[in-house]
Amino acid sequence: MTQTATPRTLQVGKIGELVPRIDAPPKVKGEFAYASDLIVPGMLWGHTVRSPHAHARILSIDISEALTMAGVHAVLTHEDVPGKKTYGLEFADQPVLAIDRVLYYGESVALVAAEHPEQARRAAEKIRVEYEPLDPVTDMELATEQPDLHPERPTRGHGYFDDQRPNVVRHMLIKHGDIDAEGDVSVSGVYDIGIQDQAFLGPESGLAVPDGEGGVDIYVATQWLHVDRAQVAPCLDLPLEQVRIHLAGVGGAFGGREDLSMQVHGALLALHTNRPVKIVYNREESFTGHVHRHPARIWCEHRATREGRLVNVRMRILLDGGAYASSSTAVASNAGSFAAGPYEVPNAFIESTAVYSNNPPCGAMRGFGAVQTCFASEAQMDKLAAALEIDPIELRLLNALKPGDVLPTGQVITGSMPIAETIRAAAALEPPPEEALPRDVLRLPGGAGNTTNGEGVHRGVGFGVGFKNIAYSEGFDDYCAARVRLLADGSAEIHCAAAEVGQGVTGVILQVARTELGIEDVRLAPGQTSTVDSAGSASASRMTWMAAGAVRDACRAALEEQQRRPGEEVDVEKIYRHARTTPLDPETGQITGERAHVAFAACAMKVVAEVDVDLGLTRIVWIGCAQDVGKAVNPQQVEGQIEGGTAQGLGLALMEEIQTRDGLITNASFTDYLIPTALDMPPVESVLIEDPEPDAPYGVKGVGEPPTVVSTAAIVAALRAATGRELTRVPVKPDDICLVSDT
Amino acid sequence: MRISLTINGEQHQADCWEGESLLFALREKLGFPGSKNACEQGECGSCSVLLDGTLVCACLVLAVQADGHDVTTVEGLADGDTLHVVQQAFVDAGAVQCGFCTPGLVVATADLLKRVPSPTDDEIREALSGNLCRCTGYAKIFDAVRLAASLS
Repeated sequence: MTQTATPRTLQVGKIGELVPRIDAPPKVKGEFAYASDLIVPGMLWGHTVRSPHAHARILSIDISEALTMAGVHAVLTHEDVPGKKTYGLEFADQPVLAIDRVLYYGESVALVAAEHPEQARRAAEKIRVEYEPLDPVTDMELATEQPDLHPERPTRGHGYFDDQRPNVVRHMLIKHGDIDAEGDVSVSGVYDIGIQDQAFLGPESGLAVPDGEGGVDIYVATQWLHVDRAQVAPCLDLPLEQVRIHLAGVGGAFGGREDLSMQVHGALLALHTNRPVKIVYNREESFTGHVHRHPARIWCEHRATREGRLVNVRMRILLDGGAYASSSTAVASNAGSFAAGPYEVPNAFIESTAVYSNNPPCGAMRGFGAVQTCFASEAQMDKLAAALEIDPIELRLLNALKPGDVLPTGQVITGSMPIAETIRAAAALEPPPEEALPRDVLRLPGGAGNTTNGEGVHRGVGFGVGFKNIAYSEGFDDYCAARVRLLADGSAEIHCAAAEVGQGVTGVILQVARTELGIEDVRLAPGQTSTVDSAGSASASRMTWMAAGAVRDACRAALEEQQRRPGEEVDVEKIYRHARTTPLDPETGQITGERAHVAFAACAMKVVAEVDVDLGLTRIVWIGCAQDVGKAVNPQQVEGQIEGGTAQGLGLALMEEIQTRDGLITNASFTDYLIPTALDMPPVESVLIEDPEPDAPYGVKGVGEPPTVVSTAAIVAALRAATGRELTRVPVKPDDICLVSDT
Repeated sequence: MRISLTINGEQHQADCWEGESLLFALREKLGFPGSKNACEQGECGSCSVLLDGTLVCACLVLAVQADGHDVTTVEGLADGDTLHVVQQAFVDAGAVQCGFCTPGLVVATADLLKRVPSPTDDEIREALSGNLCRCTGYAKIFDAVRLAASLS
C-alpha cells in the first residue's frame, strides 16, 4: 500500500495497537537464527539421495563405495529406520526412506552424513541404486483407471465416501436441496489450475542433536512442533519424551512446512553417528522436498433465475494429490465446501476428488483448496453476469451470503459473514486514472521486456470475492495450549508452541498477554515440545484465533491463581478449543451436527490490469482489497498479510507453475520457477472490515489466506476484461492472450 | 586454501576448499550467517553483500576470489545497538515478516540510497527487483525505502 511509513512510537502493545515486531531488529541485523544458520561443534552435514524417477521399482541399493569416501560417517537406507517405516500428516503412507519402490521424482532413498557438505554430496553420488523404471501415472483424469499406486488404500475407513476406483484419495460429494433444479439461464465452463509452489525463501533446514541417552533434540523450521514429534518418534522407535522438537527460525512456510522434511532423516543420522547433524536443502531440493498446491481441473455449471439469483451450482473438482496422501483429504473437502463461493445457493451438486499419481506430492498451501475453486467460481459469476446483462458486482451482492443463510453443506451461518459489506467496500475503492502513453517502459506490460511504445495496451478492471474456513474442520480435535508463569519480579513468561513462521503470531501472543495481565514486561519462551502442550498448526488461518484464546485463558487463570496465593510465583497451563465440529455425511456431504466448519473469513478485490494484446504481456496496475478480518490485532501486520497473500495469488495468476514431464519437475529453481518481484507487484490498497466473530477471542479472524484465495480470480477477471479472452487456465501465459483463439 | 579478507572492517582468515562460495565461507566458517542461503544461484538476492563497495550475490563469488578484498555484510551496518537508518526503517514500516530476504534487501537498499539518495518509486522497484520476498508483497519494503530515504 502506498502510504507514508508508520511513525515509530512504542505503544504498550495491547490488542488492536500497532506494535513493532520484537523479531524485526534481530532480523534486520542478520542476527536472527534461522534453522539453516545453526552451527554446533562437531556437527556433520546430512545429504539426501533422491529418486531420479517418478515411478520405479528399486532392485538394489549398494552403499559400500559411499561408505569408504573421505569424511563420511554414515550412509543409511530404509533398513536403518529402527521403528515405523512410514509417516504422514494424517495417513502414514510415505516411507521415511524408499523401500522397494519410488513414487515420485525426488523421493528420499538414502542418507549420508559427512564432515563437509561437499563430501556428503560426493558420497551420495557413489550410492548405486538400481531402478527398474515403471510407467508413471501422470494424468489425473486417467488416474482412477490406472493401476493402484496404494493398493492398501490408506485413506479408506476414515469415514469418507467409499470410492472403489483406483488411486482415489478422497471422493467428496455434496448434495444440497434439489440437485436437478433448473434455472432460467445456465452458464458452464472448465477451468484448470497449475501446480503452485510455496517457494518460501528459507529452505528446509534443521539440526538434530543426540542427547547421549538415546534421545534427540531437533531444531527445525516447521509449522507444528507437536505433530512433527508425533510422526518422528515412532519412526525412531522412541517414546515421545525422548524426541524434543524446538522451533528454529522459520523462513516462510505457507503450508509447505506442515509435512515433515528433514526431521526424521536428521535424527536418524544424529543417533547413528552420535554427532549433531545439520541438513539444509538447496533450492532444487526444496522444490522436490515439500508438497505443493494441488493442480486442479474444475467443471462448472451455474444455473440462475432471470433476476440473477443462483438456483443450482453443479461442480466437479479433480485435484491431483501426487504420490502420497499428505492433507489431500482435507484439501478435497475444502475445495468442495467452498466451491460455490460466498453465495447463498439453494441447490448444489458438488463432487470433489483428490487422486494419487506419480506427480509431485501436493498438500497444504495458503488457501487450501479454496484458491482453485474461487478461480472457477468467480469466472462463472462473471459469465453469469454477462449472460444476464447484470453488473457483476450487483450479481454478487444479490447472492451474497449473510448470517442465517445455509451453506451447501447444510451448515447455518451463525457467526460473522459480512460478504455484502466486503464487496461494497472493495467496489468503492477508486483505482488510479489511466496513465498516458508514452511512458517509461518499466510501467508497460512486461516491463523492460516490452519492445513497443504501448500501442497494443488494453486496460481492464476485474472483481473477485471469496471466502474460506478458519481452523480445522470436520470433527478434528483442534486445540491450542498456553502456559503462563507470573514471576516474583512482576514479569510474566508465556509458553506457547505456536510456530512463528513470519506471520507475526509472536506479537499476537504478547499483545494478548499484555492486554490480559495489564503489564508490559512479558516474554515469550522459545517454542518447543517439552515445556508446553501442542499449539496445533500455524495454518488454516487459525493461529491468531487459537493462540489468542489459549493465552487469554491461561492469563486469566494465572491471575486467579495469583489472587488465591498472593506473593507466590504462578505457573498455569490452559487448553483452548474452538466450537466443536463434526464430520460431513460421506454420501451427501451434509453436516452431521451443528457445523463442519468453525468460522469463515472473506475478501473482495478490485483489480486494474493492463495487457499488451499484441505481445501477450501483462501488468497489474493496482489492486483494491477489502477484507473481513474480525478484529485487527495489529493493523500493520494485517495489511502485511493482505499484501503478501495478494502477491502469492498474483504469482499463480501470471507466472507460477511447477512444470513436469512424465512426472519429473523441469523447473526446480528460481531461474525457471518465477515468483513476483518488486517490479511485478502493484500497490495494494486495503480496507479492513471489522465485524467481530462472536465465538472468537476478541472477535479475531485469521487473515492470512483470504487474499490468496481471491487475488488469482480477481486478477484473471481483469485480464479477461482487458482482452475479451476466456482465460480458463492459470497461470495465464502470453500465448493464452495473443495466440490462442477462443472459439 | 587459506584466505584473508576484511569483513565489516576487521581482518579475518579461513581455510577454504576452492569450490566454496563466499556465502558458504561467511556463513559456515567466518561466523557471519546474516547473509542468507535461499537459492544459491544468484536469483534471489538474499545473500547480497558489498564486495569492495559493489553489491554482489555472495553465492556467486568464490570464497577464494574474496581473498585480499573488503566485504561488508548485513552484520556490518548497525552501530552496536543503534540500527542503520535502513534497518530502522524496515522495522518501523513493518517490512519484515519471516525476514529471510531482509538482510539482502537491507544491504541492497543501503547500496541504492548511497548511489541515489532520493529514488523515485520506479528506481526503487528496479533496484530491488533482484531481491525476492515471498511474504510481504513488497509494499511495506517500498515504504521502508522511502522512509529511509526521507531520513537519510
